[in-house]
Amino acid sequence: MSADVPVSSDAARAPLGRTLCLARPVTGRLVLGTLLGAGAILADIGLMGTAAWLISRAAQHPNEASLAVAIVAVQFFGLSRGLFRYGERLVGHDAALHLLAELRVRAYVRLERLAPVGLPAFRRGDLLARIVQDVDSLQDLVIRAVPPFGMAVVVGVLTVATMAWMLPAAGLILALALLLSVTVVPWLTGRLARRRESSFAEVRGDLVAAMVDLTEGAAELVAFGAARAQVETVRRADAELTAIAASSAGTAGIGLALTTALAGLASCGCLTVGIAAVVAGHLGATELAVITLVPLAAFELVVGLPTATQALERVRQAASRFFEVTDAPEPVPEPDVTLPQPVAPFNLDVRSVWAAYPTAGTPALRDVDLSLRPGRRVAVVGPSGAGKSTLAAVMLRFVPVHSGSVALNGTPVECLSSEGVRNVVGLVGQDAYIFGGTIAENLAVGRREASEREMYEVLDRVGLTGWLTELPRGLRTQVGRSGAHLSGGQRQRVAVARALLADFPILVLDEPGEHLDLAGADALTADLLRATAGRSVMLITHRLAGLEAVDEVLVMEAGTVIERGHHNALLDRGGRYADLWLEEMMTERTASAAHLYPRPDTDHPMAATFRGSPDDGSRTP
Amino acid sequence: MTDPTGSRDRRPGPIDPRLLRYTRGTRRFLVGTVAVGGVTAGLLVAQAWLIATCVARVTVDHRSLRQVAPLLILLVVSVLGRAGVGWVEERMADRASASAKSDLRLALVEHTAALGPGGVDRERASRLVVTATSGIDALDSYFARYLPQLFLAVIVPVTVVAVVLGADWLSAVLIAVTVPLIPLFMALVGAATGVRIRRQAALLRRLADHFLDLVAGLPTLKIFGRAKAQVDAVRHVTDEYRTATMKTLKVAFLSSLILELLATFSVALVAVAVGLRLLGGHLGLSTALFVLILAPEAYLPLRRLGTSYHASAEGMEAARTVFEVLERPLPASGCIAAVPDPSLVDLVVHRLEVCYPGRPLPALHGLSFTVQPGEVVAITGPSGCGKSTLLHVLLGLAPLWSGSVHVGGTSLRDLDPDAWRARLAWVPQRPHLFARTIADNVRLGRLDASESDVRRAIAEAGLDEVVGRLPLGTDTVLGTEGAGLSAGERQRMALARAFLRDAPMLLLDEPTANLDGRTEDQVLDAVRRLMAGRTALIVAHRPSLLAIADRVIQLSPALVESALR
Repeated sequence: MSADVPVSSDAARAPLGRTLCLARPVTGRLVLGTLLGAGAILADIGLMGTAAWLISRAAQHPNEASLAVAIVAVQFFGLSRGLFRYGERLVGHDAALHLLAELRVRAYVRLERLAPVGLPAFRRGDLLARIVQDVDSLQDLVIRAVPPFGMAVVVGVLTVATMAWMLPAAGLILALALLLSVTVVPWLTGRLARRRESSFAEVRGDLVAAMVDLTEGAAELVAFGAARAQVETVRRADAELTAIAASSAGTAGIGLALTTALAGLASCGCLTVGIAAVVAGHLGATELAVITLVPLAAFELVVGLPTATQALERVRQAASRFFEVTDAPEPVPEPDVTLPQPVAPFNLDVRSVWAAYPTAGTPALRDVDLSLRPGRRVAVVGPSGAGKSTLAAVMLRFVPVHSGSVALNGTPVECLSSEGVRNVVGLVGQDAYIFGGTIAENLAVGRREASEREMYEVLDRVGLTGWLTELPRGLRTQVGRSGAHLSGGQRQRVAVARALLADFPILVLDEPGEHLDLAGADALTADLLRATAGRSVMLITHRLAGLEAVDEVLVMEAGTVIERGHHNALLDRGGRYADLWLEEMMTERTASAAHLYPRPDTDHPMAATFRGSPDDGSRTP
Repeated sequence: MTDPTGSRDRRPGPIDPRLLRYTRGTRRFLVGTVAVGGVTAGLLVAQAWLIATCVARVTVDHRSLRQVAPLLILLVVSVLGRAGVGWVEERMADRASASAKSDLRLALVEHTAALGPGGVDRERASRLVVTATSGIDALDSYFARYLPQLFLAVIVPVTVVAVVLGADWLSAVLIAVTVPLIPLFMALVGAATGVRIRRQAALLRRLADHFLDLVAGLPTLKIFGRAKAQVDAVRHVTDEYRTATMKTLKVAFLSSLILELLATFSVALVAVAVGLRLLGGHLGLSTALFVLILAPEAYLPLRRLGTSYHASAEGMEAARTVFEVLERPLPASGCIAAVPDPSLVDLVVHRLEVCYPGRPLPALHGLSFTVQPGEVVAITGPSGCGKSTLLHVLLGLAPLWSGSVHVGGTSLRDLDPDAWRARLAWVPQRPHLFARTIADNVRLGRLDASESDVRRAIAEAGLDEVVGRLPLGTDTVLGTEGAGLSAGERQRMALARAFLRDAPMLLLDEPTANLDGRTEDQVLDAVRRLMAGRTALIVAHRPSLLAIADRVIQLSPALVESALR
């Protein structure tokens, strides 16, 4: 459920130093950008300072030539501010994008080791998108988070020094005011904000919970006549939240108000000590206006800091999640010593295997045996969560074996390189991924050097020829983001074609018909079994239609094999498989895929048993 | 990277009128903001005049510190006044924002409750919760930053020009001409670069998706032994992305460059012009300084408006999502509260047809059947043929498009939906469990049920053993979506609700789907006990469940066959 995200408590935060270290590859650009940004603020201050001097000097009616330098300076600062800002933004974004390239490569290299089971995210698309988004948002480090602090230091020091050079007391006043506004003000506002937030958090949590109940449980609430009561619960939580908000109104604005006051007071203070200095003859008349107006402009450097602090906090949170990915342990370590790669023909033997996902506590496979000889075809059926996909993952060395063994021609797969194992055992997963790009590019993932003729051939074997001939651009048709322009069936078929092109001696098909309508799923299964004839195949499915074509069916439940044998033998036994099969018949008696399997009422004795069953042991109205 | 002038979507003016319609305090806040804006502008002018006068009196008229002290005190007062007014403004904004958020939230809650579960689909519903809580929190900056800045961007330049006009008309003209140039030039630059930016944005989107594409496809790449080879592709495409982005940004940042150039260079022009006329003796120092201090203030609100616009866009976007839901019409409902008892009269469904908006084919098509009092009827058929929809229609959770449902001769359309539902107990396929105690969850069946009634219902649903094992028993708080309970236990929780409800008619939606053998038997036992003496409609696939029905109705997408026993 996504609704609980906003109330999540403070996640473990990455240490600031480690977060800042991420920016190391772009240090040069970061410094340049910061200096340009400082230049922009200095231009603003310079504009006010030189203009004030120009006007004060002009009031003394000197000859025009003595003003020439000041006039040029005023115009220079007037023009340069915009240009500095423009340069700062370009350099900053350039740095950010360079950083992005570094971080993406780092994240990718790490994710490659973790995929697909080392990170729960690989089972949830939205989490994966979140990781990618986190990597992308780390760019902010060099645009919004770090530079404002650098600029504040550079501009603050230069401005205070200049002011102190003109009048030490004025420099002191400005330094004091600036320091207060970057230390006491944020401390105070942070304290107030935290107090406000902590009083909010609980009430907001109640409100979110009440609203989640109202929306997610809407059907139940309405059906049981409890919707009204739930609306009242929401109303109460909302009233409480609004009352707290009203009573703490203005806390966020205190920081800004204090900064405005400090800027004005600094200006007043400088004016006062300036007047005293002018009267005493320590300060020239032309400088009084300068030291009064500069503080007003100088406070611009403070204005950007609250947003920078927020940005830094956001980056830190994104960095924590980024480090979580890069620090995650590898689920399947490579062997220290790799045994020689076995050669064809391949026998795969799964012997009394127990296995668990790295993130889960309970084993997903309990004592499973399976043997794939060349050309043998096995189907694995059972409800979701029965361990079917884990069996596939173990065979591909995506999940480590806890006890028992998976062996390729007698060599345990732990002693082979993962890539070596996956050269032999291929998988078309239920979520087989189609990349954005052309059909040909997707097929080339299977075998890079495949010719167009070979591509057409495998597409024909998975029954896509008819569709392909209708495409004006043929193999060069764009399939859209993650294959969005293709139908579910076309996506699965392209995925299988890709696997056929890779020519795996042993092929695992995991729920190829998932996300398809029943007729489509059965047609696909039939096509796949035909296309992979002669190859060792393990077909994972929860549909039983068409399974009379495989050599052995394994029925799994709760991680273990409860029945195994040929389709007909299992039906005769009348156990769980027969039950499932009858249920499927009942569900789809009228579905158009009926031709793919024998009709229950004509073919099998179990069907007759069932037809009689409503009479047995039932009650009369 | 996004630029306000670059986007082309049509917006309903700077303030969405719907915000005024749905929230009570907003209009008053706008009036208050104008007033505060006026005071702020006045204090700005006072501050500038005081500084200029002080400096001039000391440097030109050679006054002492004591003589200008009253002016300095006034200056401190005006400075503190400005900060104070700013804070009052924020306080007003916070209050207005809190009340507007509450208004929107409650309107949304009331409306979604009235729309019922069919009004907002599940996936959108959870997003709506985020929008209505943290999403519209972004309205804070809309109220505290954008709206005040919007008014200041008008009030302050006008005030500055008016005041400067009295002091030095040439400068006033200069400011009056350049301020409007800013939005004008920004619009021109936006129009000139818009096409280019949009063209490049398409390329950027494609490149931006590439990394996610590769990461999402990592398991697949690994299967084909191609994952490691893609590191170079990641680097290459990101570099390409950078080049393209920088090209876009060079153009996109132009409009803010124009803004900065115009704003600061105009100030420089004013300063130089004033300085030269001062030199010529046409102007006094105090006037010149006064103009110099005020000139940048005329441009400042415009410069800040751009930033606050971005900050507020998010909040308005969330508000718009809320408005969309609020504008959906409510379904009509009947009002007959004297509902016939389905344990005494027939339920007649006649030529029922249901369409879902946005789907071309009807979910149910011309379905007719009758359920007699006390009968147990099973509905079966391929998935997607409308079995659950049928139950939803009977519950009044989905609209009845054409055809009719009569209870003892009264049409379902005319019945008060709440009174009718009081006659029903529903066990959905995937029951929603609330993150409350087990007792509270069961009590949904009958809100005023006593403790002992709840316990009895739990026992009848076969859950007493499970609940007995928990240290807190029925007071155990469940996790979200019933976390902590197995699928079978969740089903039996729903059955316990139905036991507690003790309604004459039962609607069961595949109560044994997705359960393994042993659990299925336990749930079936509970279902058998529940059905004793009641009329029931069961959506079912499994032979074991079909076996306890008196009659089976087979649904298919196209036709309906009713096989009488």
